Amino acid sequence: MKQTEGMTLIVKTVTRISVWMILLYGLYIILHGHISPGGGFAGGVIIALAFLNVMLAYGRDFIKRWVNIGFLHDIESSSAALFLAIGILGMAVGGGFLANFISHGKLFHLLSAGTIPILNIVIAAKVSMGLFVVVWTLSIFHLDKGGKK
Amino acid sequence: MPVETWLIFILGFMILGSIIALELKDILSSVISIGIVGLGVSVAFLFLQALDLAIVQFLFEIFALIILVRAFIGKEYHIKEPSKSHVIQTVVTIVVLLSILALSINVFRLLPQFGEPIFSTARHYVENGAKETGAANIVTAIILDYRAYDTLGEVTVLFTAILGVLAILKTRSKTTSPAGGDHETN
Repeated sequence: MKQTEGMTLIVKTVTRISVWMILLYGLYIILHGHISPGGGFAGGVIIALAFLNVMLAYGRDFIKRWVNIGFLHDIESSSAALFLAIGILGMAVGGGFLANFISHGKLFHLLSAGTIPILNIVIAAKVSMGLFVVVWTLSIFHLDKGGKK
Repeated sequence: MPVETWLIFILGFMILGSIIALELKDILSSVISIGIVGLGVSVAFLFLQALDLAIVQFLFEIFALIILVRAFIGKEYHIKEPSKSHVIQTVVTIVVLLSILALSINVFRLLPQFGEPIFSTARHYVENGAKETGAANIVTAIILDYRAYDTLGEVTVLFTAILGVLAILKTRSKTTSPAGGDHETN
C-alpha cells in the first residue's frame, strides 16, 4: 500500500466518518443561532475546523484536488458584500440601515426573527472560509520556507 | 460555592498556567500550557452563563492550538539562556504594578455590584428583545439586530485582516518558491 500524503490509515478512516458529523453540528449551530446559544461565528469556526481536520488527515494536496481555493476565497469576499447588501436593503425597505425588515414570525420557531438567520448564515460563510483560507496559505508558506533550507 | 469563588479559582489556575508556559524549556509543552488560559476563559464564561461566548472562545482555542502545534512541531529552536540580572527588572515591575493598584483603589469602590448593570439599555434589551426582534436567543438579537452595525464593523475587520495575511503570505511564497507560480492558489 502506498503511503503518499497525510496521516495514517486510522486517522483517515476516523476523519472520513467524523467530519460529516462535525459539519452537521456546525450547520445546526448556524441555523439555530437565533434560538439557542451559538450563531454565525461559532458555527463558522466549527466548519473551518472540519475542513482543517480533512486537511491535516489527508494532506494539503487532497483539498486542492477537490476544492478550488480561489473559489473559497470568492465566497469569503462576496459574503462581506452580501452583509452590506442586506443592510442597504433594510435601508430601502425597512427604513433604517440593517433594519429587520422581514416578518418576525413566532418565537422559538426555526423560521423566525426576520433577517437574523440570514445574517448568521452570511457571517458563517465569511468566518469559515476566511479562517480556512488563512490556514491554507500559512501551510503553503511553511512548505516553501522548509524547501529553501 | 458562589460564582466569585469559582472565578477566583479559575483566574489563579490561568495565572499558574501562563507562568508555567513562560518557564518551560520545551516549546510544545509551552503551547499546551498556554491552552490552559483559553480553556480557563471559556469555563469562566460558562460560570457567568455566557454560553455563546464560551462556545466561541473554546473553538478559537482549539483553532489556535492546532495552528501553533502545527507551526512548532518537529522544529529545532535555539533556547536562549536567561541572564541572571533580572532582579532590578522584577523589582521595578512589582513596584509599578503595586502603585497602579494603590492609585486605582478609589475606582474599585465605584464599581457596581456583581451582576447589576449600570446602563438602563441592558434592561430594555432583556425585557423587550424577544418581542421586538423575534429571536429567542438574546445575544444573537443584540449582535445582529440592535447592534448589527457593530457586527458589520467586525466583519470588515476580519475581511481586512484576511486580505492582509493573503497579500503578504502569497507574495512571500511566490518569491521564495523555487518552482515559481506552482504554488499559486488563485
